[in-house]
Amino acid sequence: MTEPRPLVLIVEDERAIRQFVRAALMREGMSVFESDTLSQGKADVKARRHDLLIVDLGLPDGDGVDLISEVRASSGVPIIVLSARSAEADKVRALDAGADDYVEKPFGISELLARVRANLRRHHADAPSDESPVVIGDVVIDRAARVVKKAARAVHLTPIEYRLLEVLLANAGRVLTHRYLLREVWGPAHVEHNEYLRVFMRNLRHKLEEDPALPKMLVTETGVGYRLVSS
Amino acid sequence: MASDDTRPDPDALIARIRSDEARATRGKLRIYFGSSAGVGKTYAMLAAAGLARKQGTDVIAGIVETHGRAETAALLQSLEILPRRSMGAGALQEFDLDAALTRKPGLILVDELAHSNVTGSRHPKRWQDVDELIGAGIDVWTTLNVQHLESLNDVVGGITGIRVQETLPDTFFDRADEVVLVDTPADELLARLKRGKVYGGPQAERAAANFFRKGNLMALRELALRRTADRVENDVQEYRVERSIGRVWKTDPSILCCIGPDDSGEHVVRSAAVLAQQLAVPWHAVYVETPSLQRLPPEHRERILRTVRLAEDLGATTAVLPSSTVAEAVIEHAREHNLSKIVMGHHPASFWRSAATLAQQVGRLAPDVDLIEIGGSTARGRATPVKDGAGRRSGTFRPAGYLVAVAVCALLTALTLPLEAVLVEANIVMLFLLAVVGIALRYGRGPAALASLINVLAFDFFFVPPRLSFTVADVQYVLTFAVMLAVGLIVGQLTAGLRYQASVATHRERRSRSLFEIARDLSSVLTIEQVVEAAAGAVSREFRARAHVFVLDANDRLQSPVPAPEGAGLDEGTARWAFDHRQPAGLGTDTIAGSDWLYLPLNAPMRTRGVLALRPDDPRFLLVPEQRRQLETFAALTAIALERVHYVDVAQSATVQMESERLRNSLLAALSHDLRTPLAGLVGLAETLGMTGSALSSAQKEIAEGIRTSAMRMSAQVNNLLDMARIESGDVRLRREWNSIEEIVGSALRLTRPLLLPRHVLTDVPANLPLVECDAVLIERVLVNLLENAAKYTPTTARVLVAARVDGQEMCVAVEDDGPGIRPGKETEIFEKFTRGQRESAISGVGLGLAICKAIVEAHGGSIFVAPGRTSGARFTFTLPIGEPPPVLAEHEDAAAQGAP
Repeated sequence: MTEPRPLVLIVEDERAIRQFVRAALMREGMSVFESDTLSQGKADVKARRHDLLIVDLGLPDGDGVDLISEVRASSGVPIIVLSARSAEADKVRALDAGADDYVEKPFGISELLARVRANLRRHHADAPSDESPVVIGDVVIDRAARVVKKAARAVHLTPIEYRLLEVLLANAGRVLTHRYLLREVWGPAHVEHNEYLRVFMRNLRHKLEEDPALPKMLVTETGVGYRLVSS
Repeated sequence: MASDDTRPDPDALIARIRSDEARATRGKLRIYFGSSAGVGKTYAMLAAAGLARKQGTDVIAGIVETHGRAETAALLQSLEILPRRSMGAGALQEFDLDAALTRKPGLILVDELAHSNVTGSRHPKRWQDVDELIGAGIDVWTTLNVQHLESLNDVVGGITGIRVQETLPDTFFDRADEVVLVDTPADELLARLKRGKVYGGPQAERAAANFFRKGNLMALRELALRRTADRVENDVQEYRVERSIGRVWKTDPSILCCIGPDDSGEHVVRSAAVLAQQLAVPWHAVYVETPSLQRLPPEHRERILRTVRLAEDLGATTAVLPSSTVAEAVIEHAREHNLSKIVMGHHPASFWRSAATLAQQVGRLAPDVDLIEIGGSTARGRATPVKDGAGRRSGTFRPAGYLVAVAVCALLTALTLPLEAVLVEANIVMLFLLAVVGIALRYGRGPAALASLINVLAFDFFFVPPRLSFTVADVQYVLTFAVMLAVGLIVGQLTAGLRYQASVATHRERRSRSLFEIARDLSSVLTIEQVVEAAAGAVSREFRARAHVFVLDANDRLQSPVPAPEGAGLDEGTARWAFDHRQPAGLGTDTIAGSDWLYLPLNAPMRTRGVLALRPDDPRFLLVPEQRRQLETFAALTAIALERVHYVDVAQSATVQMESERLRNSLLAALSHDLRTPLAGLVGLAETLGMTGSALSSAQKEIAEGIRTSAMRMSAQVNNLLDMARIESGDVRLRREWNSIEEIVGSALRLTRPLLLPRHVLTDVPANLPLVECDAVLIERVLVNLLENAAKYTPTTARVLVAARVDGQEMCVAVEDDGPGIRPGKETEIFEKFTRGQRESAISGVGLGLAICKAIVEAHGGSIFVAPGRTSGARFTFTLPIGEPPPVLAEHEDAAAQGAP
């Protein structure tokens, strides 16, 4: 069976950006469609089945987050957000609405392409039903046996630490907002208790990272959340 | 339950903390307390002051009387002495309060606390001066004799036969932080007196004969010791509450003191005060004003109201209750305030009134209440030097009513006499009764009673056989006379009561109508000037007074929005005093009582908004409690109206500010979007150009890369400029959360790694650092800027160290390099805007990075500075306050077994 060409939709009002993003994606062998307004983006989303969406938040006729929540209501298609630096609140809003990832403007082509590939790959490999052990650097996480090893030695994790790791692993590569992690690990009543997350994340890093101050696996997205980098 | 008993009562603790807080800003008061003059209070105070001065306290003598005693004078000489103020003709000298407040020493000595100030001083009493000194944060040491204590005043008077006029409220004595008892046995004091140490010369002889008798001195000494012991016990209780040694916070119901209309009221009040003090319970004092008491002559009423005021000075919560039955009003008040002991004067049942005494009535109505009757004061004769000449119950004697009563009776008799043959006797009696009712309605009780009496006599004389004689043939008529007289008196009494009630109701109605009117007027006005006009107008109408309102301007100064009446003697200083102290001043108060004007602070819920000044045509109206209450309600309404107008202004300016802020923010957002988007395009397109493979020569690829890096740099500068604009516009809104510094350091290093490479980067961030409440994005920004600087200004061989540690209550984060370092003398300048380490060098940047760092760190309440590195280079350090991190729920490790091996 031949791999079909992935279908990508760019919703962005700046022509120059659309232009080079399209060129880069097409070089990667993808089919690219463009919308320059929110309303057109909404129409396009309904018209075709896309494999990935790239959405700018500041569109001339509305907020990109509207489009994200509309899409998320009916489909699990990966969504990458283009947003300005120092607009953490916007990123969190987009992620909480269902976006999978974000890229800060101005961005490098290679960075964007890396994110696009990772998201496409994850989407296809979704539903990790086989609980085969995951290897990240020298850390091995065996979900079937609920065992975590670092450098071939078993690491003792508390139930909450393990649960936190599990949630991050299930969404490897994605940015998970503080709110999302708190809700998944501690429950909906604790979404404001950021300090819990800080303390347990620190413990987890001290157990699993070589240098907890320069984490390679459990990466901080300041002001937004955390991401587990699996490659 | 046992554990409950040992826990300190939270209310008590809160009360204690509050009083501690209030005390912290106030100065401390120490009283040297003695049984009589000559025990050595002033000497002890001066000796202690000399010691304090040696220990470095800034102590001055405000006013100290040596009474010509050499030892005392010698001690005084070593101290700085505040010059006295000459009053009036110059012969009178007084403590200079304003000079003391201006000098503002750490500690001031003010002798003779109970002293009455010379007329014309700010306060009538010296203790009020002392109160103001303490209020200004100055410690005060003072002296006091036991006989000057208000509650013991008449007891001492009873012992010594001398009643002093200068008294000090017990509440003030009890508020003192320390009381030092200066004690000398009676014999020694007498010996001292003989040696002339107390008063010199013939004065000593006279004093000894009258006052300094051994018996007196012993009794006074006992009083002083006991009063001090009571105080010490209070201190012990306070200590126990604080240390939860035992639950001693009294929940005992407290005392209600009934102030009667007669002279014994004062004695009852003092006795109740002593009782309340001994039982350590709060107490209330009430005066029930019945319709008949309301008719008392003004001087008498004034004296009763002064007794109420005395109770207040002695620490009671006071009230004047208008009611027609004393017993019911007293019991209602007692029930409402949970007062289970009622103290009242002892009145033997009077011969003309067979009705039960007040005590009996109260006992019948509320058998569960403890009744304490106070006997007559022994010192009574001497205690009230001015007897009320008007006598009791004189009422307002209006002869016209009585004359009319006599005339009506005579006329009626003259008219009925010819009709005697036609009318039955019963009807004649009816006509006479009708006349009594008429007179009662028009002229009140007295004339009605007189009319009843005249009617009975006239009936007997003219109509009952034998005619024209007071003798009665038929004994039956005696009953007729009795009934006639009784009915006449009762009807007269009832009718007069009715009339009184009607007039009281009319007064009340008028008062509430005027309140309603001013409330309505004030609720519709929109400017300060309108409020002031409405309030002043209403006050002049209602109280027949000249009125003026001072209000606060934007600079917290009292202003007159409407020009003050010329030459009326308005004093802005007094108004300011009333405003500052939130207390009435001027006419009828304790402060500058000589003024013609009364100054009432306009206390609104949030703060004092101004001062209402008024000069009533008849100053006596201020003593009438109803009028006073009405006036206070007027003032409160005015204050609330002023506050409302103020907040309307605040809301309007806030709306304007919000509008302009929104405009500014949307401008910044648009600017940032419009600048960044083309830059993003530029970066992306340049990169795409470089990636198109073999179509470009290597030189062209280099150019494409050059475009890309320049665009990236430009983007960074735009970010800096926008951030600075945002900070400059005061729009650094911190999203404070509890963050781990380790995490922020990690993400900052990740962002700057491409720039820093190949420099050697070290981190020194201990694992056990506490969380810090900060805006992670902004603190990351600070670190990124510092690291970017390190990358910009150091050679690629340099080493960069990021270190964090806790220092006291602060988190210190440092970025250190071993590059060329900062030129000496530039350490503060580099944090200014558009200042760069190396002017016009090849290194890009406009010099905003450190200015942004400074703004961010300072918005967090921290500081940022630079110092030379340990070996070479520069060490930038910023600090953040740590605060109190929230508790993080610890996990039960037992439960962990299932999660991991």
